[in-house]
Amino acid sequence: MSEIIKIATRESYGKAITELGREHEEIVVLDADLAEATKTAVFRKEFPERHIDCGIAEANMIGISAGLATAGKVPFASSFAMFATGRAYEQIRNSVGYPHLNVKICATHAGLTVGEDGATHQCNEDIALMRSIPGMTVIVPSDDIETKAAVRAAYEYQGPVYIRLGRFAVPVINTNEDYSFQMGKGIKLRDGSDVSVIATGLMVSSALEAAEILAGNGISASVVNIHTIKPIDREIIVEEARKTGRIVTAEEHSIIGGLGSAVAETVGDEFPVPVHRVGMNDTFGESGPAADLLRKYGLDGKGLADNIMAWMKG
Amino acid sequence: MITDELKKTATEIRKNILIATHAAKSGHPGGSLSAADIFAYLYFEEMNIDPENPDDPDRDRFVLSKGHTAPGLYSALALRGYFPVEDLKTLRHIGSPLQGHPAMDHVKGVDMSSGSLGQGLSVACGMAMAAKLSGKTYRTYCLVGDGELQEGQIWEAAMFAGSRKLDNLVVIVDNNDLQIDGRVGDICSPYPIDEKFKAFGFFVIKVRDGNDLEQLEPAFEEAASLKGKPTVIICRTVKGKGVSFMEDQAGWHGKAPNDEQLAQALAELG
Repeated sequence: MSEIIKIATRESYGKAITELGREHEEIVVLDADLAEATKTAVFRKEFPERHIDCGIAEANMIGISAGLATAGKVPFASSFAMFATGRAYEQIRNSVGYPHLNVKICATHAGLTVGEDGATHQCNEDIALMRSIPGMTVIVPSDDIETKAAVRAAYEYQGPVYIRLGRFAVPVINTNEDYSFQMGKGIKLRDGSDVSVIATGLMVSSALEAAEILAGNGISASVVNIHTIKPIDREIIVEEARKTGRIVTAEEHSIIGGLGSAVAETVGDEFPVPVHRVGMNDTFGESGPAADLLRKYGLDGKGLADNIMAWMKG
Repeated sequence: MITDELKKTATEIRKNILIATHAAKSGHPGGSLSAADIFAYLYFEEMNIDPENPDDPDRDRFVLSKGHTAPGLYSALALRGYFPVEDLKTLRHIGSPLQGHPAMDHVKGVDMSSGSLGQGLSVACGMAMAAKLSGKTYRTYCLVGDGELQEGQIWEAAMFAGSRKLDNLVVIVDNNDLQIDGRVGDICSPYPIDEKFKAFGFFVIKVRDGNDLEQLEPAFEEAASLKGKPTVIICRTVKGKGVSFMEDQAGWHGKAPNDEQLAQALAELG
């Protein structure tokens, strides 16, 4: 078996936005003193005149992005997820969401896998915040390939988009030749009959690992990658609900308001079946190496598999 | 030159602010009236705009950061020909494009949605940056309230504008000295406003009476000539200006006139 390649989705973002920047002069990238960390420094190096470092002032950065968008620019605003969506939530809601401006918010360092910086920097609430804004598209790519496709799709789409990215290197999993990214369209990665694991972001690779472990224990699990949390692919979720009658959601985010909630809302509306939400259980994270944290909070493949088996035993 | 016609326009804006808020039975006449002369000067004298081509990429931009004074902006836009003056009576009514606070995708001529205080100046900075990036010569104007200066985001934006030397940006402070809870200096003083903006890298122009068009004209002319830094024009105004019982009264910040009060106010304005 070939070695698994791991790339942090923030790295993929830096490359993707630079490539897009070569094609489209109206792209402007904004940062709040974190260009090295968000990896937009790659863009800055090539297009210094189209990179605006706003300093440590996220609210202002979002407002400037809105102003640029009214004048036909396509701003990509970046910071850590905590500050981009938390600090500047109301600016995003009122200055970007309400006028439905063409602003792309690409936030890195989302979730527990920020690691050593600890709870203040580990944003497990951003999906909930962003998906509650009318008209906001919310994308959580699972790997390098999906991130690059998502950034391009976000550019091509007219309207506000939130893309959630990570600091931690994650396996490249979307290597199928027929891989194609369509906003709002989930991807079935594995078919099963006993339980459906619906995952997003880095939890997609944990879900694939978990499905292997489950198979070894006689449990046949589907794995669906929901990269677009909003608008969510209702069809693929309802199809899984009808088929297996049991859904597990997996996300590196609070179980309140994120993928789990979006999936539960969908099956609740259309075909109610039990939904077991796996994620951060209404708790803050803590400092530590990312891989260790994933294990501790049960978000690695084994932890997820154990959790699913315990739930299925009821 | 300030013509009688422009003065009449400022009075018409005032009357329509009162008519609109009366029809809405709510809204913000006080701060709309204090800024009525500023609206008149901007929309009828200063800005390079064309109601027939409201989306012209080269037009001057205006951001009403103190968005609650939408009745003033809407009145100026209607009188300038963006939509029928008669529509002002639909202000805040269900189904009307004239939302309680300006919504850019509802009303032609509104360059930015606003209403949550503190956010407009950042947006204006973005518009000014876009002009610089595209080599366009349009100018961006942003009207902020003096109470609004208590919002931290204003100073984030001011720091950015000064740091980037956005000399295509003009900030206008409607310094009527009142906010909902009282005198701005008593609640949480933004003074000295001039020294603050100066420290943030602005040219500062002070207008002793911002309700006097004759004084606004030289201020805006001077602003147009200044290069290398953004400009702030601090206009000392009177809240509720032009209506005796509303003048300098915090109570008229967000209250509409009733039938009698409207009749009296319109009679006073002549």
